[in-house]
Amino acid sequence: MRHFAEELEELNQALLEMGGLVESSIHTSVQALVEHDDRMARRVVEDEMLINRMELNIDARVTRLLALNQPVAGDLRLLVMCLKINTDLERMGDLAVNVAERAISLNRLAAPLGPPLQEMPRMASMVEDMLHRTLDAFVRRDAEQASAILPADDDVDRIRDGVYTELITTMRRDPNLVEAAIHLMFVARSLERIADHATNIAEDVIYLVRGVDVRHHHLEEV
Amino acid sequence: MTAKIDTMSPIRAREPEAQNNVTPAPPPGETPFANSTIKLQAEHLNFYYGDFQALHGISLKVKEKQITALIGPSGCGKSTFLRTINRISETIRHTRVEGHIRLDGADILKMDVTSLRRRVGMVFQRPNPFPKSIFENVAYGVRVNGLDKKTPLAETVEKSLKRAALWEEVKDKLHDSALALSGGQQQRLCIARALAVDPEVLLLDEPCSALDPIATAKIEDLLFALKSQCTIVIVTHNMQQAARTADDTGFFLLGKLIEFDRTEVMFRKPSEKQTEDYITGRFG
Repeated sequence: MRHFAEELEELNQALLEMGGLVESSIHTSVQALVEHDDRMARRVVEDEMLINRMELNIDARVTRLLALNQPVAGDLRLLVMCLKINTDLERMGDLAVNVAERAISLNRLAAPLGPPLQEMPRMASMVEDMLHRTLDAFVRRDAEQASAILPADDDVDRIRDGVYTELITTMRRDPNLVEAAIHLMFVARSLERIADHATNIAEDVIYLVRGVDVRHHHLEEV
Repeated sequence: MTAKIDTMSPIRAREPEAQNNVTPAPPPGETPFANSTIKLQAEHLNFYYGDFQALHGISLKVKEKQITALIGPSGCGKSTFLRTINRISETIRHTRVEGHIRLDGADILKMDVTSLRRRVGMVFQRPNPFPKSIFENVAYGVRVNGLDKKTPLAETVEKSLKRAALWEEVKDKLHDSALALSGGQQQRLCIARALAVDPEVLLLDEPCSALDPIATAKIEDLLFALKSQCTIVIVTHNMQQAARTADDTGFFLLGKLIEFDRTEVMFRKPSEKQTEDYITGRFG
Protein backbone atom coordinates (compact mmCIF):
# COMPACT_ATOMS: atom_id res chain seq x y z
CA MET A 1 0.00 0.00 0.00
CA ARG A 2 2.84 2.35 0.84
CA HIS A 3 4.26 1.46 -2.53
CA PHE A 4 1.03 2.50 -4.23
CA ALA A 5 1.07 5.85 -2.41
CA GLU A 6 4.64 6.42 -3.61
CA GLU A 7 3.66 5.61 -7.17
CA LEU A 8 0.75 8.04 -6.98
CA GLU A 9 3.16 10.72 -5.80
CA GLU A 10 5.53 9.96 -8.67
CA LEU A 11 2.62 10.24 -11.09
CA ASN A 12 1.67 13.55 -9.51
CA GLN A 13 5.23 14.80 -10.05
CA ALA A 14 5.31 13.59 -13.64
CA LEU A 15 2.12 15.47 -14.39
CA LEU A 16 3.47 18.64 -12.80
CA GLU A 17 6.69 18.36 -14.76
CA MET A 18 4.65 18.11 -17.95
CA GLY A 19 2.52 21.06 -16.82
CA GLY A 20 5.67 23.11 -16.26
CA LEU A 21 6.97 22.34 -19.73
CA VAL A 22 3.62 23.19 -21.31
CA GLU A 23 3.54 26.47 -19.40
CA SER A 24 6.99 27.35 -20.65
CA SER A 25 6.11 26.36 -24.23
CA ILE A 26 3.10 28.65 -24.22
CA HIS A 27 5.20 31.49 -22.85
CA THR A 28 8.01 30.93 -25.34
CA SER A 29 5.61 30.69 -28.30
CA VAL A 30 4.16 34.09 -27.45
CA GLN A 31 7.65 35.55 -26.91
CA ALA A 32 8.64 34.19 -30.32
CA LEU A 33 5.65 36.00 -31.81
CA VAL A 34 6.23 39.30 -30.02
CA GLU A 35 9.99 39.35 -30.54
CA HIS A 36 9.91 37.91 -34.08
CA ASP A 37 12.31 35.23 -32.90
CA ASP A 38 12.42 32.07 -35.04
CA ARG A 39 14.84 30.35 -32.70
CA MET A 40 12.41 30.50 -29.80
CA ALA A 41 9.61 29.29 -32.03
CA ARG A 42 11.66 26.29 -33.10
CA ARG A 43 12.36 25.41 -29.48
CA VAL A 44 8.61 25.20 -28.87
CA VAL A 45 8.27 22.82 -31.81
CA GLU A 46 11.09 20.67 -30.48
CA ASP A 47 9.72 20.60 -26.95
CA GLU A 48 6.43 19.32 -28.21
CA MET A 49 8.03 15.94 -28.81
CA LEU A 50 9.05 15.87 -25.17
CA ILE A 51 5.51 16.76 -24.12
CA ASN A 52 4.13 13.96 -26.28
CA ARG A 53 6.53 11.50 -24.71
CA MET A 54 5.43 12.64 -21.26
CA GLU A 55 1.82 12.15 -22.26
CA LEU A 56 2.46 8.54 -23.28
CA ASN A 57 4.40 7.91 -20.09
CA ILE A 58 1.66 9.28 -17.87
CA ASP A 59 -1.06 7.34 -19.67
CA ALA A 60 0.95 4.14 -19.26
CA ARG A 61 1.53 4.80 -15.55
CA VAL A 62 -2.15 5.48 -14.90
CA THR A 63 -3.28 2.40 -16.81
CA ARG A 64 -0.87 0.22 -14.86
CA LEU A 65 -1.90 1.70 -11.51
CA LEU A 66 -5.58 1.18 -12.37
CA ALA A 67 -4.98 -2.40 -13.43
CA LEU A 68 -2.91 -3.39 -10.43
CA ASN A 69 -4.48 -1.51 -7.53
CA GLN A 70 -8.24 -1.22 -8.17
CA PRO A 71 -8.21 2.25 -6.61
CA VAL A 72 -11.32 3.79 -5.06
CA ALA A 73 -12.44 7.14 -3.64
CA GLY A 74 -9.71 9.83 -3.68
CA ASP A 75 -7.18 7.54 -5.37
CA LEU A 76 -9.63 6.69 -8.13
CA ARG A 77 -10.53 10.33 -8.69
CA LEU A 78 -6.86 11.26 -8.84
CA LEU A 79 -6.05 8.62 -11.46
CA VAL A 80 -9.04 9.41 -13.64
CA MET A 81 -8.36 13.13 -13.43
CA CYS A 82 -4.67 12.58 -14.24
CA LEU A 83 -5.72 10.89 -17.46
CA LYS A 84 -7.90 13.85 -18.36
CA ILE A 85 -5.45 16.55 -17.31
CA ASN A 86 -2.78 14.72 -19.28
CA THR A 87 -4.86 14.97 -22.46
CA ASP A 88 -5.60 18.66 -21.89
CA LEU A 89 -1.93 19.45 -21.28
CA GLU A 90 -0.88 17.64 -24.42
CA ARG A 91 -3.44 19.58 -26.46
CA MET A 92 -2.12 22.81 -24.97
CA GLY A 93 1.35 21.81 -26.12
CA ASP A 94 -0.02 21.34 -29.65
CA LEU A 95 -1.65 24.75 -29.51
CA ALA A 96 1.61 26.37 -28.35
CA VAL A 97 3.21 24.80 -31.44
CA ASN A 98 0.45 26.33 -33.56
CA VAL A 99 1.29 29.76 -32.13
CA ALA A 100 5.01 29.17 -32.72
CA GLU A 101 4.41 28.12 -36.34
CA ARG A 102 2.33 31.24 -36.95
CA ALA A 103 5.18 33.29 -35.48
CA ILE A 104 7.59 31.71 -37.98
CA SER A 105 5.15 32.36 -40.85
CA LEU A 106 4.70 35.98 -39.75
CA ASN A 107 8.46 36.48 -39.75
CA ARG A 108 8.51 35.40 -43.40
CA LEU A 109 6.05 38.13 -44.40
CA ALA A 110 7.18 41.40 -45.94
CA ALA A 111 4.17 43.43 -44.77
CA PRO A 112 4.40 45.11 -41.35
CA LEU A 113 1.94 44.21 -38.63
CA GLY A 114 -1.00 46.26 -37.39
CA PRO A 115 -1.95 47.27 -33.85
CA PRO A 116 -3.73 44.07 -32.66
CA LEU A 117 -0.44 42.70 -31.34
CA GLN A 118 -0.92 45.01 -28.39
CA GLU A 119 -3.92 42.99 -27.23
CA MET A 120 -2.32 39.65 -28.01
CA PRO A 121 0.35 39.73 -25.29
CA ARG A 122 -2.32 40.69 -22.75
CA MET A 123 -4.43 37.75 -23.82
CA ALA A 124 -1.38 35.48 -23.68
CA SER A 125 -0.47 36.55 -20.18
CA MET A 126 -4.05 35.97 -19.02
CA VAL A 127 -3.96 32.49 -20.50
CA GLU A 128 -0.58 31.74 -18.94
CA ASP A 129 -1.83 33.00 -15.61
CA MET A 130 -4.89 30.73 -15.88
CA LEU A 131 -2.75 27.67 -16.50
CA HIS A 132 -0.33 28.61 -13.74
CA ARG A 133 -3.08 29.09 -11.18
CA THR A 134 -4.79 25.89 -12.33
CA LEU A 135 -1.66 23.82 -11.84
CA ASP A 136 -1.15 25.50 -8.50
CA ALA A 137 -4.72 24.55 -7.51
CA PHE A 138 -3.92 20.98 -8.58
CA VAL A 139 -0.79 20.92 -6.42
CA ARG A 140 -2.64 22.31 -3.42
CA ARG A 141 -5.78 20.28 -4.08
CA ASP A 142 -7.58 23.59 -3.74
CA ALA A 143 -11.09 23.49 -5.23
CA GLU A 144 -11.80 27.09 -4.28
CA GLN A 145 -8.81 28.34 -6.17
CA ALA A 146 -9.85 26.17 -9.13
CA SER A 147 -13.38 27.63 -9.04
CA ALA A 148 -11.95 31.15 -9.03
CA ILE A 149 -10.19 30.42 -12.32
CA LEU A 150 -13.34 29.48 -14.25
CA PRO A 151 -14.64 33.02 -14.92
CA ALA A 152 -11.32 33.97 -16.56
CA ASP A 153 -12.28 31.81 -19.54
CA ASP A 154 -15.04 34.28 -20.39
CA ASP A 155 -12.61 37.19 -20.08
CA VAL A 156 -10.25 35.50 -22.52
CA ASP A 157 -13.16 34.91 -24.91
CA ARG A 158 -14.00 38.60 -24.76
CA ILE A 159 -10.46 39.67 -25.53
CA ARG A 160 -10.36 37.21 -28.41
CA ASP A 161 -13.54 38.76 -29.80
CA GLY A 162 -11.90 42.19 -29.48
CA VAL A 163 -8.80 40.95 -31.29
CA TYR A 164 -10.96 39.53 -34.10
CA THR A 165 -12.76 42.86 -34.50
CA GLU A 166 -9.49 44.75 -34.62
CA LEU A 167 -8.01 42.35 -37.15
CA ILE A 168 -11.06 42.59 -39.39
CA THR A 169 -10.81 46.40 -39.28
CA THR A 170 -7.12 46.13 -40.14
CA MET A 171 -7.83 43.87 -43.12
CA ARG A 172 -10.51 46.23 -44.44
CA ARG A 173 -8.19 49.21 -44.08
CA ASP A 174 -5.13 47.65 -45.61
CA PRO A 175 -5.45 44.56 -47.84
CA ASN A 176 -1.66 44.14 -47.66
CA LEU A 177 -2.11 43.09 -44.03
CA VAL A 178 -4.66 40.36 -44.75
CA GLU A 179 -2.15 37.51 -44.60
CA ALA A 180 -0.59 38.70 -41.35
CA ALA A 181 -4.01 39.30 -39.83
CA ILE A 182 -5.15 35.79 -40.69
CA HIS A 183 -2.08 34.34 -38.96
CA LEU A 184 -2.87 36.47 -35.92
CA MET A 185 -6.48 35.31 -35.92
CA PHE A 186 -5.25 31.76 -35.64
CA VAL A 187 -2.94 32.79 -32.81
CA ALA A 188 -5.88 34.34 -30.94
CA ARG A 189 -7.89 31.21 -31.53
CA SER A 190 -5.09 28.99 -30.23
CA LEU A 191 -4.69 31.10 -27.11
CA GLU A 192 -8.41 31.02 -26.49
CA ARG A 193 -8.43 27.26 -26.82
CA ILE A 194 -5.54 26.97 -24.38
CA ALA A 195 -7.77 28.86 -21.93
CA ASP A 196 -10.53 26.30 -22.60
CA HIS A 197 -8.15 23.48 -21.72
CA ALA A 198 -7.02 25.31 -18.58
CA THR A 199 -10.69 25.61 -17.66
CA ASN A 200 -11.14 21.86 -18.18
CA ILE A 201 -8.25 21.22 -15.81
CA ALA A 202 -9.69 23.59 -13.22
CA GLU A 203 -12.98 21.68 -13.43
CA ASP A 204 -11.06 18.43 -13.04
CA VAL A 205 -9.37 19.77 -9.90
CA ILE A 206 -12.79 20.57 -8.42
CA TYR A 207 -13.91 17.01 -9.14
CA LEU A 208 -10.69 15.61 -7.73
CA VAL A 209 -11.13 17.47 -4.46
CA ARG A 210 -14.89 17.46 -4.00
CA GLY A 211 -16.16 14.65 -6.18
CA VAL A 212 -18.56 17.11 -7.80
CA ASP A 213 -18.79 17.43 -11.55
CA VAL A 214 -19.19 21.10 -12.50
CA ARG A 215 -18.79 20.69 -16.25
CA HIS A 216 -21.44 21.73 -18.74
CA HIS A 217 -23.61 23.40 -16.18
CA HIS A 218 -25.47 25.32 -18.85
CA LEU A 219 -26.93 21.96 -19.99
CA GLU A 220 -28.94 21.78 -16.78
CA GLU A 221 -30.44 25.16 -17.50
CA VAL A 222 -31.73 24.15 -20.94
CA MET B 1 -12.06 17.49 -26.01
CA THR B 2 -14.33 20.34 -25.11
CA ALA B 3 -12.72 23.29 -26.88
CA LYS B 4 -15.58 25.56 -27.70
CA ILE B 5 -16.51 26.88 -31.08
CA ASP B 6 -15.65 30.55 -31.29
CA THR B 7 -18.68 32.54 -30.44
CA MET B 8 -19.30 36.12 -29.54
CA SER B 9 -21.42 35.17 -26.56
CA PRO B 10 -20.02 32.13 -24.88
CA ILE B 11 -22.53 30.22 -22.82
CA ARG B 12 -20.88 28.89 -19.77
CA ALA B 13 -23.09 29.67 -16.88
CA ARG B 14 -21.23 29.49 -13.62
CA GLU B 15 -22.35 30.10 -10.15
CA PRO B 16 -19.42 28.95 -8.08
CA GLU B 17 -21.39 29.01 -4.83
CA ALA B 18 -24.14 26.85 -6.23
CA GLN B 19 -21.72 24.42 -7.84
CA ASN B 20 -19.49 24.05 -4.88
CA ASN B 21 -22.22 22.84 -2.60
CA VAL B 22 -21.64 19.17 -2.22
CA THR B 23 -24.94 17.41 -1.64
CA PRO B 24 -24.89 16.87 2.10
CA ALA B 25 -24.55 13.22 2.97
CA PRO B 26 -27.37 11.79 5.03
CA PRO B 27 -26.42 10.76 8.54
CA PRO B 28 -25.08 7.19 8.68
CA GLY B 29 -27.90 4.70 8.31
CA GLU B 30 -30.32 7.16 6.74
CA THR B 31 -31.20 5.82 3.36
CA PRO B 32 -30.56 8.25 0.51
CA PHE B 33 -33.68 7.17 -1.38
CA ALA B 34 -36.77 7.96 0.57
CA ASN B 35 -38.97 6.19 -1.98
CA SER B 36 -37.67 2.68 -1.47
CA THR B 37 -39.52 0.36 0.86
CA ILE B 38 -37.59 -0.32 4.03
CA LYS B 39 -37.45 -4.02 4.79
CA LEU B 40 -35.27 -3.94 7.86
CA GLN B 41 -34.54 -1.12 10.19
CA ALA B 42 -32.14 -1.02 13.12
CA GLU B 43 -32.73 1.71 15.68
CA HIS B 44 -30.12 2.67 18.25
CA LEU B 45 -28.94 -0.89 18.50
CA ASN B 46 -26.44 -1.73 21.23
CA PHE B 47 -25.04 -5.20 21.68
CA TYR B 48 -22.95 -6.52 24.56
CA TYR B 49 -20.85 -9.63 25.03
CA GLY B 50 -20.78 -9.58 28.84
CA ASP B 51 -19.21 -6.24 29.74
CA PHE B 52 -17.89 -5.64 26.25
CA GLN B 53 -20.04 -3.42 24.08
CA ALA B 54 -19.71 -4.69 20.50
CA LEU B 55 -22.27 -2.41 18.85
CA HIS B 56 -22.81 1.25 19.68
CA GLY B 57 -26.13 2.80 18.71
CA ILE B 58 -26.42 1.35 15.21
CA SER B 59 -29.25 2.86 13.18
CA LEU B 60 -29.55 1.63 9.65
CA LYS B 61 -32.20 1.04 7.01
CA VAL B 62 -32.06 -1.89 4.62
CA LYS B 63 -34.11 -1.47 1.49
CA GLU B 64 -36.35 -4.18 0.18
CA LYS B 65 -35.02 -6.24 -2.73
CA GLN B 66 -31.68 -4.51 -2.68
CA ILE B 67 -28.24 -5.73 -1.73
CA THR B 68 -26.75 -4.02 1.28
CA ALA B 69 -23.09 -4.64 2.05
CA LEU B 70 -21.45 -4.16 5.43
CA ILE B 71 -17.71 -3.60 5.40
CA GLY B 72 -15.09 -2.85 8.00
CA PRO B 73 -12.01 -4.33 9.64
CA SER B 74 -12.13 -7.50 11.74
CA GLY B 75 -13.85 -6.97 15.05
CA CYS B 76 -15.71 -3.86 13.88
CA GLY B 77 -19.10 -5.39 14.71
CA LYS B 78 -20.44 -6.01 11.22
CA SER B 79 -20.89 -9.75 11.76
CA THR B 80 -22.35 -9.18 15.21
CA PHE B 81 -24.84 -6.82 13.63
CA LEU B 82 -25.73 -9.40 10.96
CA ARG B 83 -26.16 -12.11 13.58
CA THR B 84 -28.41 -9.89 15.62
CA ILE B 85 -30.78 -9.57 12.68
CA ASN B 86 -31.83 -13.22 12.89
CA ARG B 87 -31.05 -13.47 16.59
CA ILE B 88 -28.28 -16.03 16.26
CA SER B 89 -26.10 -13.84 18.45
CA GLU B 90 -28.38 -14.35 21.42
CA THR B 91 -27.49 -18.05 21.44
CA ILE B 92 -24.14 -16.98 22.92
CA ARG B 93 -24.27 -16.74 26.72
CA HIS B 94 -24.01 -13.43 28.54
CA THR B 95 -25.03 -11.36 25.57
CA ARG B 96 -27.48 -8.50 25.72
CA VAL B 97 -29.28 -6.41 23.11
CA GLU B 98 -30.69 -2.91 23.46
CA GLY B 99 -32.63 -0.96 20.89
CA HIS B 100 -34.77 -2.29 18.07
CA ILE B 101 -34.57 -4.13 14.81
CA ARG B 102 -37.75 -3.99 12.80
CA LEU B 103 -38.70 -6.36 10.02
CA ASP B 104 -41.53 -4.81 8.02
CA GLY B 105 -42.04 -2.56 11.01
CA ALA B 106 -42.37 -5.35 13.60
CA ASP B 107 -39.77 -5.70 16.35
CA ILE B 108 -37.82 -8.92 15.75
CA LEU B 109 -36.82 -9.14 19.39
CA LYS B 110 -40.45 -9.79 20.21
CA MET B 111 -40.99 -12.37 17.48
CA ASP B 112 -40.97 -16.12 17.75
CA VAL B 113 -37.39 -17.06 16.88
CA THR B 114 -38.27 -19.96 14.60
CA SER B 115 -40.65 -17.94 12.47
CA LEU B 116 -38.14 -15.07 12.39
CA ARG B 117 -35.41 -17.39 11.10
CA ARG B 118 -37.77 -18.78 8.49
CA ARG B 119 -38.24 -15.25 7.21
CA VAL B 120 -34.58 -14.29 7.61
CA GLY B 121 -32.17 -16.92 6.30
CA MET B 122 -28.45 -17.02 6.89
CA VAL B 123 -25.39 -18.27 5.04
CA PHE B 124 -22.05 -18.45 6.80
CA GLN B 125 -18.45 -17.89 5.91
CA ARG B 126 -17.48 -21.55 5.70
CA PRO B 127 -19.86 -23.74 3.74
CA ASN B 128 -21.51 -25.90 6.39
CA PRO B 129 -23.56 -28.59 4.68
CA PHE B 130 -24.97 -31.28 6.92
CA PRO B 131 -23.35 -34.71 6.52
CA LYS B 132 -26.34 -35.84 4.53
CA SER B 133 -27.28 -36.07 0.87
CA ILE B 134 -27.62 -33.01 -1.32
CA PHE B 135 -31.38 -33.56 -1.39
CA GLU B 136 -31.67 -33.87 2.39
CA ASN B 137 -29.63 -30.73 2.96
CA VAL B 138 -32.08 -28.65 0.98
CA ALA B 139 -35.13 -30.50 2.29
CA TYR B 140 -34.03 -30.06 5.89
CA GLY B 141 -35.41 -26.61 6.54
CA VAL B 142 -38.66 -27.44 4.83
CA ARG B 143 -39.12 -30.53 7.01
CA VAL B 144 -38.25 -28.61 10.19
CA ASN B 145 -40.65 -25.83 9.35
CA GLY B 146 -43.43 -28.21 8.40
CA LEU B 147 -44.14 -29.30 4.87
CA ASP B 148 -46.14 -27.15 2.56
CA LYS B 149 -48.80 -29.76 1.70
CA LYS B 150 -49.47 -28.35 -1.75
CA THR B 151 -45.91 -28.46 -3.03
CA PRO B 152 -44.14 -31.83 -3.21
CA LEU B 153 -40.82 -31.76 -1.39
CA ALA B 154 -38.88 -32.81 -4.50
CA GLU B 155 -40.29 -29.82 -6.33
CA THR B 156 -39.20 -27.42 -3.59
CA VAL B 157 -35.71 -28.95 -3.58
CA GLU B 158 -35.39 -28.64 -7.35
CA LYS B 159 -36.66 -25.07 -7.32
CA SER B 160 -34.25 -24.08 -4.55
CA LEU B 161 -31.27 -25.68 -6.25
CA LYS B 162 -32.19 -23.87 -9.45
CA ARG B 163 -32.48 -20.55 -7.62
CA ALA B 164 -29.04 -21.18 -6.15
CA ALA B 165 -27.69 -21.96 -9.66
CA LEU B 166 -26.61 -25.44 -8.58
CA TRP B 167 -29.27 -27.66 -10.15
CA GLU B 168 -27.48 -28.39 -13.43
CA GLU B 169 -24.39 -29.53 -11.56
CA VAL B 170 -26.11 -31.84 -9.07
CA LYS B 171 -29.38 -32.99 -10.62
CA ASP B 172 -27.96 -36.46 -11.38
CA LYS B 173 -26.50 -37.00 -7.92
CA LEU B 174 -29.08 -35.61 -5.55
CA HIS B 175 -28.65 -38.52 -3.17
CA ASP B 176 -24.86 -38.34 -3.02
CA SER B 177 -23.26 -36.86 0.06
CA ALA B 178 -23.15 -33.07 0.10
CA LEU B 179 -19.66 -33.29 1.51
CA ALA B 180 -18.38 -34.56 -1.86
CA LEU B 181 -19.18 -31.23 -3.50
CA SER B 182 -16.52 -28.56 -4.09
CA GLY B 183 -16.33 -25.57 -1.75
CA GLY B 184 -18.15 -23.30 -4.17
CA GLN B 185 -20.86 -25.90 -4.75
CA GLN B 186 -21.23 -26.45 -1.01
CA GLN B 187 -21.71 -22.74 -0.49
CA ARG B 188 -24.38 -22.63 -3.19
CA LEU B 189 -25.96 -25.66 -1.55
CA CYS B 190 -26.11 -23.72 1.72
CA ILE B 191 -27.75 -20.86 -0.15
CA ALA B 192 -30.24 -23.35 -1.67
CA ARG B 193 -30.94 -24.67 1.83
CA ALA B 194 -31.60 -21.16 3.05
CA LEU B 195 -33.80 -20.42 0.04
CA ALA B 196 -35.90 -23.57 0.41
CA VAL B 197 -38.10 -21.98 3.06
CA ASP B 198 -38.52 -18.90 0.87
CA PRO B 199 -37.00 -16.29 3.19
CA GLU B 200 -37.75 -12.61 2.72
CA VAL B 201 -34.26 -11.64 3.82
CA LEU B 202 -31.01 -13.46 3.16
CA LEU B 203 -28.04 -12.69 5.40
CA LEU B 204 -24.61 -13.69 4.14
CA ASP B 205 -21.57 -13.56 6.39
CA GLU B 206 -18.42 -13.53 4.24
CA PRO B 207 -19.95 -16.08 1.88
CA CYS B 208 -17.04 -16.05 -0.56
CA SER B 209 -14.00 -15.80 1.67
CA ALA B 210 -13.26 -19.52 1.34
CA LEU B 211 -13.93 -19.61 -2.41
CA ASP B 212 -11.82 -19.13 -5.52
CA PRO B 213 -12.59 -16.28 -7.98
CA ILE B 214 -14.71 -18.48 -10.26
CA ALA B 215 -16.89 -19.74 -7.41
CA THR B 216 -17.03 -16.17 -6.07
CA ALA B 217 -18.26 -14.88 -9.42
CA LYS B 218 -21.00 -17.55 -9.42
CA ILE B 219 -22.17 -16.52 -5.97
CA GLU B 220 -22.16 -12.86 -6.99
CA ASP B 221 -24.18 -13.64 -10.14
CA LEU B 222 -26.53 -15.54 -7.91
CA LEU B 223 -26.96 -12.57 -5.58
CA PHE B 224 -27.95 -10.40 -8.52
CA ALA B 225 -30.48 -13.00 -9.63
CA LEU B 226 -31.92 -13.35 -6.11
CA LYS B 227 -32.26 -9.63 -5.63
CA SER B 228 -35.58 -9.54 -7.43
CA GLN B 229 -36.98 -12.03 -4.91
CA CYS B 230 -35.48 -11.16 -1.57
CA THR B 231 -33.59 -8.57 0.41
CA ILE B 232 -29.91 -9.34 0.82
CA VAL B 233 -27.47 -8.20 3.48
CA ILE B 234 -23.89 -9.28 2.97
CA VAL B 235 -20.91 -8.88 5.26
CA THR B 236 -17.66 -8.92 3.33
CA HIS B 237 -13.98 -8.21 3.80
CA ASN B 238 -13.64 -7.97 0.08
CA MET B 239 -14.30 -4.35 -0.76
CA GLN B 240 -14.34 -5.03 -4.46
CA GLN B 241 -17.14 -7.50 -3.80
CA ALA B 242 -19.12 -4.84 -1.97
CA ALA B 243 -18.44 -2.41 -4.80
CA ARG B 244 -19.50 -4.93 -7.44
CA THR B 245 -22.61 -6.30 -5.84
CA ALA B 246 -24.17 -3.91 -3.35
CA ASP B 247 -26.65 -1.08 -3.86
CA ASP B 248 -25.92 0.39 -0.44
CA THR B 249 -22.84 -0.02 1.69
CA GLY B 250 -22.27 0.59 5.38
CA PHE B 251 -18.84 1.03 6.93
CA PHE B 252 -18.39 -0.19 10.50
CA LEU B 253 -15.49 0.68 12.76
CA LEU B 254 -15.07 -0.22 16.44
CA GLY B 255 -18.72 -1.15 16.79
CA LYS B 256 -20.02 2.04 15.21
CA LEU B 257 -21.60 2.67 11.85
CA ILE B 258 -19.32 5.38 10.47
CA GLU B 259 -21.00 5.93 7.12
CA PHE B 260 -23.86 4.48 5.12
CA ASP B 261 -24.63 5.50 1.57
CA ARG B 262 -25.18 4.29 -1.95
CA THR B 263 -22.26 2.04 -2.85
CA GLU B 264 -21.37 4.20 -5.81
CA VAL B 265 -20.99 7.22 -3.52
CA MET B 266 -19.09 5.27 -0.86
CA PHE B 267 -16.43 4.19 -3.35
CA ARG B 268 -16.25 7.42 -5.36
CA LYS B 269 -16.48 10.14 -2.73
CA PRO B 270 -17.13 8.95 0.82
CA SER B 271 -17.97 11.72 3.27
CA GLU B 272 -15.99 10.42 6.20
CA LYS B 273 -12.22 10.39 6.29
CA GLN B 274 -12.26 7.09 8.21
CA THR B 275 -14.18 5.49 5.35
CA GLU B 276 -11.77 6.89 2.79
CA ASP B 277 -8.77 5.69 4.80
CA TYR B 278 -10.21 2.21 5.12
CA ILE B 279 -11.31 1.66 1.53
CA THR B 280 -8.08 3.10 0.10
CA GLY B 281 -5.98 0.93 2.42
CA ARG B 282 -4.53 3.83 4.42
CA PHE B 283 -6.05 2.59 7.62
CA GLY B 284 -4.03 2.84 10.82
